[in-house]
Amino acid sequence: MAAATDERNFKVIGTRPIRHDGVDKVTGRARYGADYAFPDMLHGKMLRSPYAHARIKSIKVDKALALPGVKAVVTSADFPELPDKMEAAGEAPVNLAHLSENLMARDKVLYDGHAIAAVAATSPHIAEEAVKLIEVEYEVLPPAMTVEDAMKPGAPIINPKLRNKEEGDKPTNVAAHIQFKRGAVEAGFKEADFIVEREFRTAMVHQGYLEPHNAVAIYNADGKSTIYTSTQGSFAVRALASAVAGVPETSLKVVPAEIGGGFGGKLTIYLDPIALVLSKKTGHPVKMVMSRADVLRATGPTSGSTIRCKMGCTRDGKLTAAEIWMAYEAGAYPGSPVGAGAMTIIAPYNIPNMIIDAYDVVVNRPKTAAYRAPGATNAAMASETIIDELAEKCGIDPIEFRLKNAVKEGDPQTAGPPYKRIGFIETLEAIKNSPHYKSKLEGPNRGRGVASGFWFNVGMNSSAVVNLNADATASLVIGSVDVGGTRAAQAMVAAEVLGIKAEDVRPSVADTDTIGYTDMTGGSRTAVTTGAAVFMAAEDAVRQLKERAAKRWEVKPEEVAYQDGVLSCGDKRMTIKEMAAQFARTGGPISGRASINLRSVGPSFATVCVDVEVDTDTGKVKILRATCAQDVGKALHPSYVEGQMQGGTAQGIGWALNEEYVYDDRGNLRNFGLLDYRMPTCLDLPQIETIIVEVPAPGHPIGSRGVGEVNIVPPPAAVANAIARATGVRMTELPMSPPRLLKALLKKRGSADTQVAAAGR
Amino acid sequence: MAAHGDKARALCGGTDLIIQMRAGVRRPEYVVDLKNIAALRQISFSMQHGLRLGAAVPAIEIHENADMRRYYPGLTEAAHLIGSLQIQSRASVGGNLCNGSPAADTIPALIAVAAKARVIGPQGERLVPVEEFCTAPGRTVLQPDEILIEFQIPTPAPHSSDAYQRFIPRNEMDIAVVGVGAAITLDPADDRCVAARIALGAVGPTPIFAREAAAALVGKRLDEASIDNAARAATAASSPIDDMRGTAEFRRHVVGVLTRRVVKLAAERARVAQSR
Ligand SMILES: Cc1cc2nc3c(=O)[nH]c(=O)nc-3n(C[C@H](O)[C@H](O)[C@H](O)COP(=O)(O)OP(=O)(O)OC[C@H]3O[C@@H](n4cnc5c(N)ncnc54)[C@H](O)[C@@H]3O)c2cc1C
Repeated sequence: MAAATDERNFKVIGTRPIRHDGVDKVTGRARYGADYAFPDMLHGKMLRSPYAHARIKSIKVDKALALPGVKAVVTSADFPELPDKMEAAGEAPVNLAHLSENLMARDKVLYDGHAIAAVAATSPHIAEEAVKLIEVEYEVLPPAMTVEDAMKPGAPIINPKLRNKEEGDKPTNVAAHIQFKRGAVEAGFKEADFIVEREFRTAMVHQGYLEPHNAVAIYNADGKSTIYTSTQGSFAVRALASAVAGVPETSLKVVPAEIGGGFGGKLTIYLDPIALVLSKKTGHPVKMVMSRADVLRATGPTSGSTIRCKMGCTRDGKLTAAEIWMAYEAGAYPGSPVGAGAMTIIAPYNIPNMIIDAYDVVVNRPKTAAYRAPGATNAAMASETIIDELAEKCGIDPIEFRLKNAVKEGDPQTAGPPYKRIGFIETLEAIKNSPHYKSKLEGPNRGRGVASGFWFNVGMNSSAVVNLNADATASLVIGSVDVGGTRAAQAMVAAEVLGIKAEDVRPSVADTDTIGYTDMTGGSRTAVTTGAAVFMAAEDAVRQLKERAAKRWEVKPEEVAYQDGVLSCGDKRMTIKEMAAQFARTGGPISGRASINLRSVGPSFATVCVDVEVDTDTGKVKILRATCAQDVGKALHPSYVEGQMQGGTAQGIGWALNEEYVYDDRGNLRNFGLLDYRMPTCLDLPQIETIIVEVPAPGHPIGSRGVGEVNIVPPPAAVANAIARATGVRMTELPMSPPRLLKALLKKRGSADTQVAAAGR
Repeated sequence: MAAHGDKARALCGGTDLIIQMRAGVRRPEYVVDLKNIAALRQISFSMQHGLRLGAAVPAIEIHENADMRRYYPGLTEAAHLIGSLQIQSRASVGGNLCNGSPAADTIPALIAVAAKARVIGPQGERLVPVEEFCTAPGRTVLQPDEILIEFQIPTPAPHSSDAYQRFIPRNEMDIAVVGVGAAITLDPADDRCVAARIALGAVGPTPIFAREAAAALVGKRLDEASIDNAARAATAASSPIDDMRGTAEFRRHVVGVLTRRVVKLAAERARVAQSR
């Protein structure tokens, strides 16, 4: 792999060609998961729990089976019992018992919407009718809906087998306690001139992808099967679905459909093995598609959380100590992103003394799944608003305050090892020098807030194949699902190395039988790791071109140079077109390949600036202007990088303003539609401005960093900071919806009025 | 409709009915499409006879109608708030009323301009003041075999105008958390309010005709004091509940806020309205 190429003169990388999948998408020809249909296909529907917590005493399916058109009903009895321990399956260790029970409840239902049984019938309507004929007898149990409820002594125990290291053999809802420590915290607070301590709550929120989950499964008589599905990771589906369905992993082929958004929520599985077992039972292809209500009730949102955060600094703005307690809702099974929350919460700052206690807590809500920088946005809401408050107390500009404490190369990360070259300071400088930050914000009830964020990014495994055609165009085969424009980016990488045009590379996303193992599109890894694999596969093709030229010219391959599509050695020259046309006479087709494991990737930082105007009569917040500056290492296709920055900022503003799961006191979800689960619409957001910062990531052939996630981390805190500067009210709960903000405003006004009254007396 | 009674359901734009059928909330065996009946699709206005607004006229046509915008700006803006442009090209004011939602945007605006609903059935015809139309959430005075033909709305008196505003957490595609409609007539000589009608949405089981709120304005100059009194009376007339769209406490507060804003806006419009 070549060294980081800061100074290199890219010809294709950094330009903005039209995306290769664009025509299919705008003409409606692209095939999404729900577009697949096969002869004799059946339709599957799911029976879901109406209770947040209940024991299943019995399930009777005979009436459903008797309905004409119904071909099969499955319950947990149709799925193997899997080991209740962490095991390698696909890319990361998972508890397969939990995974399986989440997809089909066994003895208990653990949340409103938990799957209990599935029906396959000749039409979706018959399947729906049949679902209503399934009789379930429940023993309703009290639910624990929040981390406070679940951690209380005497709380209802959600999973009787759950234990943690600290509590010995005591049943508990606390799945894990993680701690990070550095320095001497008490002494650190003694050095502080200002200390701020607050308790924060953030709501459970959903990724809100447009396309609901879907799967079409075909189990063949020879024991081989195929699943067509919208997923972020076809190899993960292969591993997980085969385990839950009880079929050999490699007997299953997974064909990734075009995907209508995932944001982490389509890294795991829901319908795939259910459709597969229904197909096995009936001998027909079975299609399952969720409704929006199913998506909201039963697929992974991200954790709501409670965070107590205390930080101190000296008068001149040096942070001295941090003490943090954080508990995240895992949902019904362990695995909240609280560990990532702990490792990101103060990651942007040098704080010599710190202690972080983090708790993963099960509650009677859907099992959480990954959502764009999982865990970090909750965390930043706490730390980044406290930092703003400390800056205010010191009378220091919030960007200057951050600059005084910002991490740089060599500084320790929360978990220990030092940072390599990073670009946090550069994002702060970018905002500081931006037209937005330099502009004056005037008018009543208006305020400007800034906040920053950190995300790790991951590397993992990717494969790529570059096939050179006789006309010197190339086909590119990758296993990474394209969620955010990565086909175009990968084609550009191949084109760069081959010295041809991006349009002359045709990228395809292949199924699990057609390309080497490739991990999910997630962790902001696709452009980076699959990009590196494509880079190396294209280099492999170039090596073959050079070898052939060397043979023809009777020189050593090392003596052959290749640049801009031209092979040369001394005064001998030959274009890639000439060489490609002669492939049959020079040794056969030219095909470059690479399969890599990228261990170390460059982490990302972002800083966001937001201007708001608050309607102090109603508590409604208007976002006037928003700018995101992000270190992306090297932008492959700047438009799609900007799109990621805008998308993450938009989602973060959604967290800030209105998005939240609303449960009633019996644990039933009230807002299971997009009318009452309020994501921002385009009228709720300004055009989000972007500043691409490029500090090349060491160890990557192009210098790229992951761009997909860190942009969601700062906005909620930035909005909270802007509200504080507009109104003097410090919000500590997400979302900062009108009722919540109005209450805080009236409380402040009330106490101001009493003060005025008292002064007048 | 007469043949199938409560097994049948009328359809205009279908933007409520089809969704309710999909969700299994309403399960009619027959759906009777009314939107091609000419009487239900006309807008006619004259100074002598006032407005006749067909029950099935889509919201977008209301917004595009110059008489509507000029003489009933509040009702027009209420219709133009429904959903999105796509929804508005189907959604009708008739459907908005007959659906019987307490949060329907056009109902407070209709009450403010003293609209009457012309209803027809096998027993004959009747005219129902809109404030008497809704009886409970999702319920109206309509019998299963009756349909709504049109609204009859008086010509605005000289120096009158109306306004409607709602509070939603977002800026579109949302359901009113509070809605307030007002129509105001001023005496141009001394700027006193000579007549007023105020109605509230989403703060009770049905839209509320807030007579006391209007009474607080009549005979007064529209200054902070009288408008505050009207806002307080409107708040007192409301009976909101806590739900996921807002707490009762929040809604009561916002009823006052919107009443102030809407009365001021209607009065401003009345001041510039040509004497007619
Ligand atoms: C995405 C979306 C957004 C929306 N936003 C809003 C909004 O912002 N504000 C708002 O108020 N509403 C909103 N709605 C609800 C709906 O669009 C309105 O209530 C609309 O005015 C209904 O009109 P329609 O013609 O589509 O009614 P339909 O669905 O055709 O009918 C509604 C009901 O009235 C009955 N009915 C209709 N016409 C007659 C008649 N002539 N005689 C007797 N009974 C009749 C029907 O049987 C049915 O029960 C929204 C709906 C959607 C889908």
